[in-house]
Amino acid sequence: MKGWMNAARMIGYFVILVLLAGVIGCAFGVVYTRQESRRLFTEYNELSKERDRLNYEFGRLELERATKAEINGIEKVARGDLGMISPSPANTVVIKR
Amino acid sequence: MTKRELFQFDFPALRAQREAPPAGAVPKSAAERGAKRWFDFVGGDRSSVRPRQTTVNLKRRLAVVLMILALAGAALIVRAIDLQWVSKDFYLDQGDQRYVRDLKIDAPRGTIFDRNGNPLAVSTPVASIWADPSTLKDHMDRIPELAKALGVDANALAQKITQRADKQFVYLVRHLDPDRADAILKLGIPGVDKQPEFRRFYPNGEVTAHILGKTDIDDRGSEGLELAFNEYLTGKPGSKSVIRDLHGRAVESYDVDLDVPPKPGQDLTLSIDKNIQYLAYRALMQAIKDHRAVYGSIVVLDVTNGEILAMVNQPSFNPNAQNGGNIPSADLLSHMRNRAATDVVEPGSTMKAVTIAAALESGKWKPDSKVDTNPGTWQHYDHIVHDHRNVGLLTVTGVITHSSNVGAAKIGASLSRDQMWDMFHRFGFGETTGSGFTGESPGNLPIAKRWGPVEQDTISYGYGLSVTPLQLARAYAAFANGGVLHTPTFVKGGGDEGKRVVDKKIADEVVAMLRTVIAPDSTAPKAAVPNYYAGGKTGTSHIAANGGYRNVYNSVFVGFVPATNPRLVAAIVISGATGTDIVQYMGGTVAAPAFSQVMQGALRLLDVPPDNVKNWYTGGPGPDPLAAPLQQPLDPANDPSIVGEIESADP
Repeated sequence: MKGWMNAARMIGYFVILVLLAGVIGCAFGVVYTRQESRRLFTEYNELSKERDRLNYEFGRLELERATKAEINGIEKVARGDLGMISPSPANTVVIKR
Repeated sequence: MTKRELFQFDFPALRAQREAPPAGAVPKSAAERGAKRWFDFVGGDRSSVRPRQTTVNLKRRLAVVLMILALAGAALIVRAIDLQWVSKDFYLDQGDQRYVRDLKIDAPRGTIFDRNGNPLAVSTPVASIWADPSTLKDHMDRIPELAKALGVDANALAQKITQRADKQFVYLVRHLDPDRADAILKLGIPGVDKQPEFRRFYPNGEVTAHILGKTDIDDRGSEGLELAFNEYLTGKPGSKSVIRDLHGRAVESYDVDLDVPPKPGQDLTLSIDKNIQYLAYRALMQAIKDHRAVYGSIVVLDVTNGEILAMVNQPSFNPNAQNGGNIPSADLLSHMRNRAATDVVEPGSTMKAVTIAAALESGKWKPDSKVDTNPGTWQHYDHIVHDHRNVGLLTVTGVITHSSNVGAAKIGASLSRDQMWDMFHRFGFGETTGSGFTGESPGNLPIAKRWGPVEQDTISYGYGLSVTPLQLARAYAAFANGGVLHTPTFVKGGGDEGKRVVDKKIADEVVAMLRTVIAPDSTAPKAAVPNYYAGGKTGTSHIAANGGYRNVYNSVFVGFVPATNPRLVAAIVISGATGTDIVQYMGGTVAAPAFSQVMQGALRLLDVPPDNVKNWYTGGPGPDPLAAPLQQPLDPANDPSIVGEIESADP
């Protein structure tokens, strides 16, 4: 009877020890995940800022492309600098399928 | 253990008292033996310290201590309740004020694209520099430095700051390049900061200015499609709450549920084709320059679905500049108006096609029915209808070919006014087209009840009613589309299925008649498009002013290509062409060449196969074999030299 009590007490101590270790582990876990979440949050913020910046940059480049590709300018270069002409009907061949 | 023993504190004095030996006993304790204990030194001279022999009421002492402890405990609890419960909101608020920040998340206005994905209007981030005069006024010595960076006059800036010294916010300069703004902030002048904003850019400038309109300085649509689609294009800025650390970096989300995601403005894809738009703009500029005209419009529609491929006007403005690009403010409205949709003209002879559609529908007329226009004038009641020359006995087709006012009036007079009004109304005249453009004009088509015989005559050949160039293009698109009228739309894929306004047979007959117009000996040879069959109609009308007609003309041409399977329709209205001779105002002279020019380019851009291959190698426009047979005027007096001599001609 007494031995059984002792064994039960030992098991009790052990369980408490395990739980204690669990609690401490948990506490460290909380600290760690919190830290990690903050780090990731900052990273996320920075990345979304970067994304927005790149989006704007893209818009700006698109605008620049549209300005550079302005048909008036292209025509001027084609006709003036490169001496291109639109083919007259006389020197066009129609291929019928 | 009794309760008494529990509270038996082992104070040395008490112990001494308790263990005090009976008098005369041999001292046994260490003290009595002369050994020193730690408190013996506290009192200094050992000899002066005597154990007090006062009686201590332990119970009372205990009660007092317990009471103090209880009070302290109660105070703590009250404070805790106060902190955690009563004033909780206040403290939470205070904490939040120190650590929580609402970050604004920008949502730019949507981009407007043309039908091929080329950007027509783009919002890009810019920065506005603002100052807090109440702070800046204490640093007036740095004003010259700031003024130099801003590129403004230092004295004016100093004055601006002094005048507003009690204010906290004033814009110094708006819409700067972000890099330049950063350079200014790097000067580190107190009270100067930047505010990120968006600015709208229009890469095609004045070519697309009228359709797109513009936005005001706060990026809200104020004109044109920017206004019409403002809701659709506008983004809703979002916000998120974050907890910041000491350095002001966001470290944690405060409450995700409170965050408002930004709603970026939606992108809009227009039916406009940038290249056709440019072609039309250039042709319009050319026509206005060549004929020393004042203003004009060109509208190009897709026949099959009513999509607007191009819409240009002159004069124009630069939407990227604040005042439209050095336009005097008095003229600004005239420059900014989208005349193609908001301004009306009397359509002149272009309406004859609608009159004839009504005539064909009545069953009284066939395309080859004869109508006698001799001798080139017709007195009907108190009104005399003139032709530009006597074209003699014509068929109904010939009335279109030679643009005979007399013929059109006689045909119109044979119909009831309700029949005619109904046909005009079915083709969309007198009503806005439903394109959704802000400020679009419905034109003016008098109700049939008000038509007298003379009004009916004039309306038969296009006077006494007014239409917008857009309405004109739309009506002709209906003819070219086999009698199905579409609602014009600015949005790609936004066309409706259309509604039938006239029988396909009648529409095809009218199309065949319109094809006779573009022939070497007809009214609009210059509208010919090499390698394609085309159809169309010229129109010339006086500009009504102050209740009468002045000697200023609208020159109109509206037509479609390729005539065998129409794809494109264009309406061209050029006003105020100058010249000494009527020929120099006529639609066939002023507007028709622009039609040819725009259509050649547009057909090539859209890869529309040529349908007039027979004439391919010769290069020129040949006679159109599928056009309705030409009715040569029976009158031999078709000498072109007499054209200019008739004053009120209206071809």
